[in-house]
Amino acid sequence: MIEIKHISKSFNDRKILDNVSGVFKKGQTSLVIGASGTGKSVLLKCMLDLVRPEHGATLYDGRDFYIGEEEEKKTIRREMGVLFQGGALFDSQTVHQNVQFPLDMLTEMPESEKRDRVEFCLQRVGLEGTGNRMPSEISGGMKKRVGIARAIVMNPKYLFCDEPNSGLDPLTSIKIDELIKEITEEYSTTTVIITHDMNSVLSIGDYIMFLYKGKKVWEGNSQTILDTNVPELEEFVFSNKALMKMRGEKR
Amino acid sequence: MLSVVGRYLIFLGKLFTRRETFKVYWNRFLDECLNVGTSSIFIVAIVAVFIGAVTCVQTRANLVSPLVPVYIVSNIVRDMTLLELSSTFMCVVLAGKVGSNIAGELGTMKITEQIDALEVMGINSASYLVLPKLLASIFTFPLLAIISGFLGILGGYLAGTLTGIITPEDYIYGIRYSFIPFNVFIAIIKAFVFGFLISTISAFKGYYTSGGALEVGQASTSAVTNSCIAVLIADYLLAELLT
Ligand SMILES: Nc1ncnc2c1ncn2[C@@H]1O[C@H](COP(=O)(O)OP(=O)(O)O)[C@@H](O)[C@H]1O
Ligand SMILES: [Mg+2]
Repeated sequence: MIEIKHISKSFNDRKILDNVSGVFKKGQTSLVIGASGTGKSVLLKCMLDLVRPEHGATLYDGRDFYIGEEEEKKTIRREMGVLFQGGALFDSQTVHQNVQFPLDMLTEMPESEKRDRVEFCLQRVGLEGTGNRMPSEISGGMKKRVGIARAIVMNPKYLFCDEPNSGLDPLTSIKIDELIKEITEEYSTTTVIITHDMNSVLSIGDYIMFLYKGKKVWEGNSQTILDTNVPELEEFVFSNKALMKMRGEKR
Repeated sequence: MLSVVGRYLIFLGKLFTRRETFKVYWNRFLDECLNVGTSSIFIVAIVAVFIGAVTCVQTRANLVSPLVPVYIVSNIVRDMTLLELSSTFMCVVLAGKVGSNIAGELGTMKITEQIDALEVMGINSASYLVLPKLLASIFTFPLLAIISGFLGILGGYLAGTLTGIITPEDYIYGIRYSFIPFNVFIAIIKAFVFGFLISTISAFKGYYTSGGALEVGQASTSAVTNSCIAVLIADYLLAELLT
């Protein structure tokens, strides 16, 4: 479980996040949604302590990530897996080396065990046999898959994905969503996904937090989101005319 | 300006705190030696041979007095090569090659969140990425300077003897005449210092890139210009200090 409490962050006197709180539960896919530029990525970076907020706290199963001891922080970092927006694969390394990287840096595992673990993770994301390719030689969707494989190679308790299906075709998007959902349930991770894709919202939104101009203005799940009366959220959700029609018929 | 220097110094401090294991650095160091050093040999060799040759021909053309012995030509080639060409001039060339390479690589890693990916794993990205480049530079630049010095003098020899403006005997006599071994040491010291400046300034520029591909290009350009300026200022200071 991850709790964020009253997180506020400004850049150059511009308030990006304003008092955002929420709870992300274990074994669930939690979504943070909102239009572009509302501060979703900044919120994620605050949770990862890549950006330190002026106010607020992030608790990982009760452990405060900002003020904890250095050792505890290291432990929490080992329990995290992150899929960055573009995959963030290391250009100079092969797919296999990319996935193995956290094992090389953070564990004392013997080589053969590492190789097996990497093969297993690549297989899990449906990329067996591509280990020798370079990141520049694979498609965007495959990069995301490799990113997921790297994120889960250490068996994380906490999985973060920043726009896992941006820039992908609808079919690949759905597959990536399903993969993340399956992994979350299989390993009971606490998964936080940043997205503005309505397909994801409706299919994997166990918990949804809606950000608008840096504020949390709504929270709920994929069932309750279509019944919303919050005007900002309505505008976001029903920019899709088909959904608008669906709601009309339902009422 | 002052705040930039301050941030640069803080960046340098960051390189030496919270390091990874020796083994990690050793492998990265060897990779970077190839990347920084070996791949620069060709351009360094070309530049050294031609500059040595041009210095020889120019010096001979300007020394028309019959009172000056011919071996002075190779004597001048030798001192020019050791004192300036094999260190300063070579490093200005390397600032273009190595500096833009470092800044471009780190800038790209920054904007594609590869640096964030390292930080999330709890790795000190500045140290992990930059320290091996720094060590590789201060190790390989002096070696390149030695190669460059040798090839510069060889270039002068070839140009001088092949065009017949100086006999081989005079040339050899000239380069051995009143030779000061300390000058070789100066070339090495200078290459060491310039290697430090070029690698850290370029890394600093690349590491703090923000934005997109355009900014990576700008970071590379500014890495090269700033490195060159730093090299020239340091050259002057070292000249005051060492001679
Ligand atoms: N390091 C930074 N410095 C200054 N401004 C930033 C920085 N990071 C993000 N911002 C600003 O914060 C706002 C929110 O960005 P972001 O969280 O990336 O939006 P999104 O919700 O699309 O992920 C943007 O206006 C962006 O310009
Ligand atoms: Mg974003």
